Amino acid sequence: MLRRMVQNNGGSLWERLTAFGHPLGRFLWGADASVALGDLAHGSSLGAGLEEVCGRSVLVATRDQLTAALALIELDGIARRLVLLPPDLPVAHVPSIMATAGVDAVVSDRGAAEIGVPNAGCLVSCSPRVTPGDRDRSARYQTEWILLTSGTTGLPKLVLHNLSTLAGAIKGANNLGSPVVWSTFYDIRRYGGLQIFLRALFGGGSLVLSSAEESTADFLTRAGSCGVTHISGTPSHWRHALMSPSARRLSPRYIRLSGEIADQMILDTLRTFYPKTTVAHAFASTEAGVVFDVVDGLAGFPASFIWNGDVDVEMKVENGSLRVRSKRTAVRYLGSPDQGLVSNDGFVDTGDMLELRRDRYYFVGRTGGIINVGGLKVHPEEVEAVINSLPNVRMSLVKARKSPITGAIVVADVVLQAETDLDDVSPAGKAVKIEILETCRRALAPHKVPAAIRFVPSLEIGASGKLTRL
Amino acid sequence: MSVRSAIISQFELVAGEQNKELALLSDDLVLLDSGLDSLCFAIIVARLEDVLGRDPFSYDDAVDFPVTLRDFIRFYEDAAAHGAK
Repeated sequence: MLRRMVQNNGGSLWERLTAFGHPLGRFLWGADASVALGDLAHGSSLGAGLEEVCGRSVLVATRDQLTAALALIELDGIARRLVLLPPDLPVAHVPSIMATAGVDAVVSDRGAAEIGVPNAGCLVSCSPRVTPGDRDRSARYQTEWILLTSGTTGLPKLVLHNLSTLAGAIKGANNLGSPVVWSTFYDIRRYGGLQIFLRALFGGGSLVLSSAEESTADFLTRAGSCGVTHISGTPSHWRHALMSPSARRLSPRYIRLSGEIADQMILDTLRTFYPKTTVAHAFASTEAGVVFDVVDGLAGFPASFIWNGDVDVEMKVENGSLRVRSKRTAVRYLGSPDQGLVSNDGFVDTGDMLELRRDRYYFVGRTGGIINVGGLKVHPEEVEAVINSLPNVRMSLVKARKSPITGAIVVADVVLQAETDLDDVSPAGKAVKIEILETCRRALAPHKVPAAIRFVPSLEIGASGKLTRL
Repeated sequence: MSVRSAIISQFELVAGEQNKELALLSDDLVLLDSGLDSLCFAIIVARLEDVLGRDPFSYDDAVDFPVTLRDFIRFYEDAAAHGAK
């Protein structure tokens, strides 16, 4: 087998994890089990030797995050490629993703049929337990990491990174002396959570992993009992968490917001709730990588970031959207030759629209009008198509309405057929609204169903013949 | 319609729409134990803004997020007083 030379990229995940000596006293805590990182020095969570998966393109498909975390630590530098299967991915998408990524081995705590890969070929079991036994952990590959984009309609895109691009924003170990215990509301099998996983490992800390099966209250209680010092999540995560009495169980030194627009209210509320905590908000995306952190407690970011930011990151604003060129951007899309990840000048269009007010830029939404409901994307056109399918409806405009809970919610303006003379409050009008809502509920995920419907006499159409979307 | 009855009505309506099993709506009910998720609360807050004409979550000042149903109702009642000033 041809072996690709390991490039000088700072070492494999295991090498960087152990760069400051034996990881004594460092842990990964899951909802149901925990593992001392030091146990991996002379043990493994995999049901086969590393040579079984060496040089292969490996799909990591696990039930829980702890099992995935252990597998990733063991496989980076050993596998040629790692494909991280997010927990909420429909099983029907798995064969296509495997084909695109050339997967020839699966590491899982489930059976092949359960994952949706009846012909998995090389299937290696894994578990959240470390069994004693020595492993040669010397890196043999600069492993490619394949992350899936989230939430859009149809197949997710496969985004190719490596450890250098993923960890480009992580500045060495914690030198403060006191132990750092990270946690995140995110799942580490997506970009935002993976960042925190790597920060914990490379910063000499431990990590408390969340679980989809665990209530917010239980997660907060567990995080508090593990002594979490640093924690990340979206503004929506925090708006939800602050409604739990268990939020008082935490006393973090650092809170990091990302994934959605951090408005001034959530920043101020967190600072009031946790007065001794540094509240930062970060901007990153799977494709663009980590772009910047804002630590001044204010929404938006200083305009000076654009021309005077991080030495590793160049930014510009073009047609209102933020463009980024950096060593942290993904290498390319996998299997989408028609979709360029970067433009000819090497910049990634983040699709996030900016508005300059005085000396600060503020995020105002997404290009293309994609609505972000608590981290889940909604394409307005998809919802409009469902509403427009009803005989009483002539046309509709689906748009975002600001929500303090989920950042945004979906609402719809509906133009009824000319012969349908109804208003919002009449019994017949209410019946049509109920019919629209029931049709949407049958056809769409809950976050895509409009929270409110308004009848309007007309909708503005632009010169291009398209609905005017503000 | 009083603030309280508008809120209770929306809790019941949205729970029904979202197929959520709503806990008994006592004043001491912890909101996160109500059976409603974030999306439900987002819909409730949006509709209450339409019904009551106010969204106290959107005020510029930092707010204490309501933990119980009593807090939630008081949050809106205080907003009414705030708006009347």
